[in-house]
Amino acid sequence: MSLRNIGIVYRKELIDSLRDRRTVISMIVVPIFVMPLLTIGIGGVLVSQVGRAMDEVPKVMILGGHDSPNVRKQLSELKRVSIVPEKPDYAEEISNKQIRAAVDIPEGFDAKLAAGEPMTVKIYMYEGEIKSGFGADRLQKFFRDLRDRTVQQNLRERQLPESIIQPFDIREQNVAPPEKVGGAVLGGLVPYFVILLCLTGAMYPAMDLTAGEKERGTIETILCSPVSRTHLVLGKFLMVLTASVATAVLSLSSMALSFGAGKKLLLGVAQGAADSAMQITISGKAVASIFLVVFPLAVFFSAALLAISLFAKSFKEAQSYLSPLMIVVVLPAVAAMIPGVDLNAKLALVPVLNTSLVAKEIIAGTYHWNYIAIIFASSSVYAAAAIAVAVKLFQREDVLFRT
Amino acid sequence: MIEARHLVKKFRDKKRGALPAVDGVSFSCRPGEIYGLLGANGAGKTTTLRMLATILAPTEGTAIVGGFDVNKEPEKVRACVGFLSTATALYGRLSAFEMVQYFGRLHGMDDPALGRRIDSIFDRLEMNEFRDRRCDKLSTGMKQKVSIARTLVHDPSVMIFDEPTVGLDVMAARTIAGFIRECRDAGKTVIFSTHVMSEVEKLCDHIGIIHNGKLMAEGTLTELRRQYALQDLEDIFVKVVEP
Repeated sequence: MSLRNIGIVYRKELIDSLRDRRTVISMIVVPIFVMPLLTIGIGGVLVSQVGRAMDEVPKVMILGGHDSPNVRKQLSELKRVSIVPEKPDYAEEISNKQIRAAVDIPEGFDAKLAAGEPMTVKIYMYEGEIKSGFGADRLQKFFRDLRDRTVQQNLRERQLPESIIQPFDIREQNVAPPEKVGGAVLGGLVPYFVILLCLTGAMYPAMDLTAGEKERGTIETILCSPVSRTHLVLGKFLMVLTASVATAVLSLSSMALSFGAGKKLLLGVAQGAADSAMQITISGKAVASIFLVVFPLAVFFSAALLAISLFAKSFKEAQSYLSPLMIVVVLPAVAAMIPGVDLNAKLALVPVLNTSLVAKEIIAGTYHWNYIAIIFASSSVYAAAAIAVAVKLFQREDVLFRT
Repeated sequence: MIEARHLVKKFRDKKRGALPAVDGVSFSCRPGEIYGLLGANGAGKTTTLRMLATILAPTEGTAIVGGFDVNKEPEKVRACVGFLSTATALYGRLSAFEMVQYFGRLHGMDDPALGRRIDSIFDRLEMNEFRDRRCDKLSTGMKQKVSIARTLVHDPSVMIFDEPTVGLDVMAARTIAGFIRECRDAGKTVIFSTHVMSEVEKLCDHIGIIHNGKLMAEGTLTELRRQYALQDLEDIFVKVVEP
């Protein structure tokens, strides 16, 4: 093993790759600029949309209730809704978002209310549509208040205490530290991005350094130099690993920075909506620990991508091999975000999923050192196997000269 | 010195099984001599030369190149061989200088000695004008010179040329022919393959005619003319491959 030769190959591949616009874009530009765009951009749009929906005065329709002037009058005095004239095609207008909600007042509402007869008030809305939801909420709140007032009045008239209908209060209170609350919200998302970027960062150089060399005809040139094929593939592997780690590190730092900036920016816009989503503080210890578990995974990705794209005759062919691989990697990374999927001894051996799960825990402030050790060891075994395969493949003439 | 001893190379084919591309080729080539391997496309020229350059490993047989066995010490063989073919492209994003420097370093040369060596090669081949220009911005003729400099940087004792003139214009092909002669005059062992009769007639001291992976005839041009009682090399070639 000659470190000098591996170093010469690595240095050349690094210079060569940094002069390639496509590599620079995927390795440096995308992680630096896409992450802030994603967090601030999407977050900002989301918060401003919710804010706008909350500010809107929803148009609602009152159906029936002509024999109950009392409730109609109270409704028309309701602030922050605008009452539109009654029409028979209210359902269609709600579906077409011309109005947000409609309320159906049963016949003889005022009289029945006074008499204490049971009845049902129906509110029509567009399920899942946020602005319709706000409209319906306001109508519901009005009727709930009306009901509560009626109950209180009835109790008073009969000289009964209010506690007869509400013997006790229920209240939930959070005791988890803020980073754990934030961890639950964003904990699944951050490792998912880091793992994905480790893969995408390695993808382009892996193809360029193998299939790209075949396509450009430089593979024969380099094979007739005295450097051994093992040194050659290890030098290339180091370059792919550099790209993978650089992409992950750059995106993590730019994400951390944009979270900080985004927090201040968004908190000014809409206090409530931004608060729970942005309640995330990633400590230096967490970043270092995530890096520790992600690193062997980056090694695994780099070697595996190198081995797979070595099979391809051309860049295009390599792309068609690697694109399905994205899905294979994304699936376990996404699975870690499913609530209830928690780390156990078996899952600690599943590549990608184990890293994703343990990273989620680390962001939430929990350090299972025994799991971290198992995951680091198992990922290292997979990584070593992938390197061995890549080195083996590089010795095979039918792979190097596939036509 | 090159000595091919019963070289066999079989390629696996899905339908037809193991097919011999080179089938028991033996010949030898001495320092200060140009050996021309003449054959049609698919005759086995490239495969033979790739085995000599240790890019491919022989299925059977062996070859001694520059004193080393291609099976036992392929890295030492490559260290004393300069291999040039139209398939050996340049790294487009490296400059002419960096390209030659990279190969010099891979040959284990230290930077001061390498620098002097590159300077002298670049002077001789008149390459200083495009020394720092990227290879993908060079003309065909300039690229050819970079390739030559790349094969020469470690001063190899054996030169292997695989159809070096394919696709080149007259001037570029003449540069290559001149370079091949220079190598011989410098006492190097030179082997080159082609399917162009005139190149063989002009350049080669020894000729081997290869067909379907087998060496069908061998000798100097004079010997071949006498043996087949024909003057024109093309007529001799046809007679050899289609008896």
